[in-house]
Amino acid sequence: MSRGAWPLWEVFVRGRRGLNHVHVGSLHAADAQMAVTNARDLYTRRNEGVSIWVVPAEAITASSPDEKDPMFAPSGDKVYRHPTFYDIPSDVPHM
Amino acid sequence: MDELLEHFERTVERDQRIEPRDWMPEGYRKTLIRQIAQHAHSEIIGMQPEGAWITRAPSLRRKAILLAKVQDEAGHGLYLYAATETLGVDRSELTENLIEGKQKYSSIFNYPTPSFADVGVIGWLVDGAAICNQVPLCRTSYGPYARAMIRVCKEESFHQRQGYELLMTMMRGSKAQREMVQDSVNRWWWPSLMMFGPPDGDSPNTARSMAWRIKRHTNDELRQKFVDMSVPQAEKLGVTLPDPELKWNAEREHYDFGEPDWAELKRVISGDGACNAERVEHRRRAHEDGAWVREAALAHAAKKKGVAA
Repeated sequence: MSRGAWPLWEVFVRGRRGLNHVHVGSLHAADAQMAVTNARDLYTRRNEGVSIWVVPAEAITASSPDEKDPMFAPSGDKVYRHPTFYDIPSDVPHM
Repeated sequence: MDELLEHFERTVERDQRIEPRDWMPEGYRKTLIRQIAQHAHSEIIGMQPEGAWITRAPSLRRKAILLAKVQDEAGHGLYLYAATETLGVDRSELTENLIEGKQKYSSIFNYPTPSFADVGVIGWLVDGAAICNQVPLCRTSYGPYARAMIRVCKEESFHQRQGYELLMTMMRGSKAQREMVQDSVNRWWWPSLMMFGPPDGDSPNTARSMAWRIKRHTNDELRQKFVDMSVPQAEKLGVTLPDPELKWNAEREHYDFGEPDWAELKRVISGDGACNAERVEHRRRAHEDGAWVREAALAHAAKKKGVAA
C-alpha cells in the first residue's frame, strides 16, 4: 500500500428489517467510523439500506470459492438430509 | 495447469461466474484489469464535463438533479475500482495509472461542454450509449464486475431520463433554446457513436473477450442498437441527427448510417482531443490537493486507536 493510502473495508447492508446483512462491495477509509459514513454515501444513495456493517478486509478468512475444493465434499453424499429423500404416500395429510 | 484451464473454461461455458479467488488465465486477469479500470476512470473523469455546470444550472431543481447525477458518477467509479481491486491491484496504483496516462478512459469525455444543452445531450446520448454498453455487462463472466454493473445500470436510467426531460423542456422554449439543443446534438452525435470503439474489423481483442464472455456483443452490434434506439427519440424530440446517410433499411430492419471518423477517434484516444490535457490535469490536481486530507485522516485514526488501546 502506498503512502497515505487508506485501508480496505468490506461493506454489508441490511436492505430492510427482517433481512440479513448482505455483502455489497468494498471501499477505502481511514477508520471504521469513516467507513460507515462513506458506505452510506456510496451504497445507500437510494434507500437501499437500514443498517450497515463494515469489516476490515484483512480480518476476513475465506474458504476457496472453487467448487472443486474438497471443503464442501462432506455434504455432497448426504442426500438423506433433504426431505425429498423420503417416499411418503401422497394421501398422507400435512406432510 | 491444463486441468485448471479446462475447469476455468468449463465454468465460463456453463455461464457461471468467475470469482476473485478462482484460478484464471493471466490474459483474462489482465484484460479485466484494463477494461474495468478504464471503465472506472471514465466514470471519474466523466464528472468533469457536467460538474462544471453545477454552479450555473438555471434552477434549484436542475442544480439538485445535476449534483445527484455527478455524485452517482463518483459512486460508479468507486464500485468499479472496488471490483478492479479484487483482481489484486491497489486503488492508489490505479489512480496513478490514470494521471500518468498509463491507463485510458472513454474518448467521449475529451469533448468540451460549452452550453447547458450539453448537460441534456450527455444524459440522452452519452448515457444512452453507456447503457447499451453496460446492460450486457451485467452478465459478464467476472462476478464482481457483473455485480458492479447491475448497481450502475439501476442508476443510469435516471441519468438518461433527466437528460431527455431537460431537452424536452428546452425544445418547448424559445427559438434560441431549440437552436442550442440542435447545436449540441450536432456536436455529440458522432462522438457518441465512437463510444462503442473501433469497427469490429479493427478490434483485435473482441474475439478473445467474447470467448471469455467478458464481452457479450461486438462493438458494431452495440452501435447499431444505439442508432436504432436513438432515431425515434430524436424524432419525438424534434431534432435532426447530423448524418445524411441515416435511413431505415426495411430489408435489414435496422437504420443504415454513415461511417464515423475513425481517424478522429484514434486522435482523441491517443491524447489529442480538445480536453485531454485539461481533464487529466484536473484529476491530478484534485489528487495532489487531497493528499494532506488522506494523511491527516490516517494520523487521526492512528491517534484514536492509540487512546482506545
